Amino acid sequence: MASYTDKAGRPIVVVTGAGLVTSLGQGKQDNWAKLTAGTSGIHRITRFPIDGMRTTIAGTVDYLPKSSTTAPDLSEELATLAAEEAIAESGIGAKGRFPGPLFCAVPPIELEWPQRRILAQEAAPNAAVTYDDLLRAAEANGHDAWHERFLYGSIADHLADRFGTRGQPISLSTACASGNTSIQLAVEAIRRGDCDAALSIATDGSVTAEALIRFSLLSALSTNNEVPEAASRPFSKNRDGFIIAEGAGALVLESLEHAVARGANIIGVVEGVGEMADSFHRTRSSPDAKPVIGCMRAALSDAGVSPDDIDYINAHGTSTPENDRMEFTGMSAVFGERLGSIPLSSNKSMIGHTLTAAGAIEAVISLLTVRNGRIPPTINYEVPDPAIPLDVVPNVARDAQVRRVMSNSFGFGGQNVALVITGEPA
Amino acid sequence: MSDRRDVWITGIGIVSSLGEGPIAHWEALSAGTTVIDEESFAPYLVHPLAKINFDAQIPKKGDQRQMEPWQRIGTYAAGLALDSAGIKGDKDILGTTDMVVAAGGGERDQTVDGAILTEIEKQPKPDVFLNEQLQSNLRPTLFLAQLSNLLAGNISIVHGVTGSSRTFMGEESSGTDAVRIGWSRIAAGTSEIALVGGAYNAERRDMLLLFALKRLARHAPWAPVLADPKGVPTGSAGAFLVLESPEHATARGAKPIAKLSGVWSERAQRNEPGAVEAVIEQLVKTAEAGVTEGTAILSAACGAPEPTQAEAAVLARSGLPVRSVTDRVGHGLEAQMPVALALAALCVAEGRLFAPLAGEPLEKPFDGTLSRAIVTAVGHWRGEGVALVERVD
Repeated sequence: MASYTDKAGRPIVVVTGAGLVTSLGQGKQDNWAKLTAGTSGIHRITRFPIDGMRTTIAGTVDYLPKSSTTAPDLSEELATLAAEEAIAESGIGAKGRFPGPLFCAVPPIELEWPQRRILAQEAAPNAAVTYDDLLRAAEANGHDAWHERFLYGSIADHLADRFGTRGQPISLSTACASGNTSIQLAVEAIRRGDCDAALSIATDGSVTAEALIRFSLLSALSTNNEVPEAASRPFSKNRDGFIIAEGAGALVLESLEHAVARGANIIGVVEGVGEMADSFHRTRSSPDAKPVIGCMRAALSDAGVSPDDIDYINAHGTSTPENDRMEFTGMSAVFGERLGSIPLSSNKSMIGHTLTAAGAIEAVISLLTVRNGRIPPTINYEVPDPAIPLDVVPNVARDAQVRRVMSNSFGFGGQNVALVITGEPA
Repeated sequence: MSDRRDVWITGIGIVSSLGEGPIAHWEALSAGTTVIDEESFAPYLVHPLAKINFDAQIPKKGDQRQMEPWQRIGTYAAGLALDSAGIKGDKDILGTTDMVVAAGGGERDQTVDGAILTEIEKQPKPDVFLNEQLQSNLRPTLFLAQLSNLLAGNISIVHGVTGSSRTFMGEESSGTDAVRIGWSRIAAGTSEIALVGGAYNAERRDMLLLFALKRLARHAPWAPVLADPKGVPTGSAGAFLVLESPEHATARGAKPIAKLSGVWSERAQRNEPGAVEAVIEQLVKTAEAGVTEGTAILSAACGAPEPTQAEAAVLARSGLPVRSVTDRVGHGLEAQMPVALALAALCVAEGRLFAPLAGEPLEKPFDGTLSRAIVTAVGHWRGEGVALVERVD
């Protein structure tokens, strides 16, 4: 009988269910087929007018009933679909009774323009519209449902009701590292013995015109508009920004002991989680990459493995000039000479940057990579950047035995979280 | 679990309408001072932030310019907490300090919004007009001043806290859970020192708008919140606590202000009659643990009618001396549990409870020695939280 605890004597945390939704499609099977075929989900935006926009492409999820409603409505639908897939696969609990807490990464939420416009029209002031007019209309006209819908906690709250998770769910954001943080919090809770199982979800359905403009004003987005599928070019010399996108990832995490006791099928192990915040700048990483290096080393140390034990890196790889260079610098320090021979790829080349959801989606893809012994490519890698020589698994998927993955996520506000994922308990 | 460690509070940073820091707050609480603005946001009332010299904790004007008021309030309070704990500028300790922040989002540019709303319905293509206006008129850096996790980001930049950084959202319960997770990690031995807290700027119409949609923004005139809950009397405030293992604190010669003995977070089904009351009752009983001597309850009541009536009913039945934090400083949503905990730790450290407020019948005189304070924080729409602070003997 193998041990239920890891080298540090903590409960081993396993994954027994995983689900995802991206612009490529719904569910692991559809996504995996397209990811390994090198298919892009990036397309021209149709959700709102793009006249005069600097960026006109995105990886929005346009095929769901809530796709043209509000950011929280779509984010909740994406999360629901991913979690349903994960819970069904794990077979945990009973329907509507998940035996553990929910850690849910959610995008920024606020009242949106359609609601503001309705309030302004209802107020119908004779002079210029002010927020005092909106306040008057809000109290007078019975828009009670908007209050709950635009609270930060409402997505997780509705998911808690639907899946019957225990206690008050935690809604969280660490910007583009949020998905990894949702997994990290679950791993920590299980290791502490607070719970035997937890549900981690990260979701983002927040591509509105204003969201696109905000990132555009920060010069973060690609303007390679002509051929949408070819715009996301992680680690290429001609990369020029990320592609904003939508999706959700969900994982059912359990202690190994709990999973074995109920006869669950184990699809992977979250062996280690590392984190280090960066105090350099609000949007830029420390030029020496020390926080990113510290984060990756912390993940390895937490997993009790060495850099040589990593067979594949699921890179953050956003396709911005700065991220990809900084990630290279960090990985070079951690993996040394060996870096050039470690295959790594960026799922964002195909699905874009799903922001809040990215870490969880990429964790699910990492699990599939280990399970299937096949590495999804980095597509659009036509012009290698000589400054950052890497084996990015260019353009075509590759068969390879992958025992252990490092999956990186970095975000605005100095957020860095890395995961170490394996297929089976050591 | 029996192998859990004690968790000490070794630093408190607080700013509110009553001023900044523990001494100013103790003096204001003792004098029965409240600061309420019923004019600026009429018909609503707010507890406005006291005049703060932000330079004292955020020396670079460039940093201050990059922040919205809620981030300035929080970054300032975090700095006070680090000072109070004696770790300000200590790179080694700050590099291992774990941070959990409770946050909402930042203020919109209400001038830009107003101008767009004034003209948009007259446009042949309203959506195109909207995009043009946003592209031309939004300040690029405003986005960063709105993002929830950028309070933590600013604390990292200004104060150098980099051990870890997590931001919880979800209104009142995020404050409870931020403290709970920081506490849990230290108690379990996976963290030695943590900075936990939150901040809220009440002086903004876009936040009042969110409450107004359900007619939950408190109208003037002011009234005691437990006796007469008719809406959320929001208040600008920020509070951070430095939590620390006794081993870590002792090794650096730091003394505890108080002990954080537990934090509990629950979620009642609000549509079930009596559910909120039952959950709060259970949590308070758990925190009380059969010890009533020297124990008081500090309520972080939200003022929304149903949940506050439920909370008040439990407080009345408890028989314990009660003080409403919300009556003194208003309600700071995500920040409210940290604010109430900071004041609870202050009272326990003083060993006294401040005087009751006239018009709040649940507040009874208490002249004994205070050694324990239970904090209740019941969300205006969801989430029930309780915490226990005890004197370190």
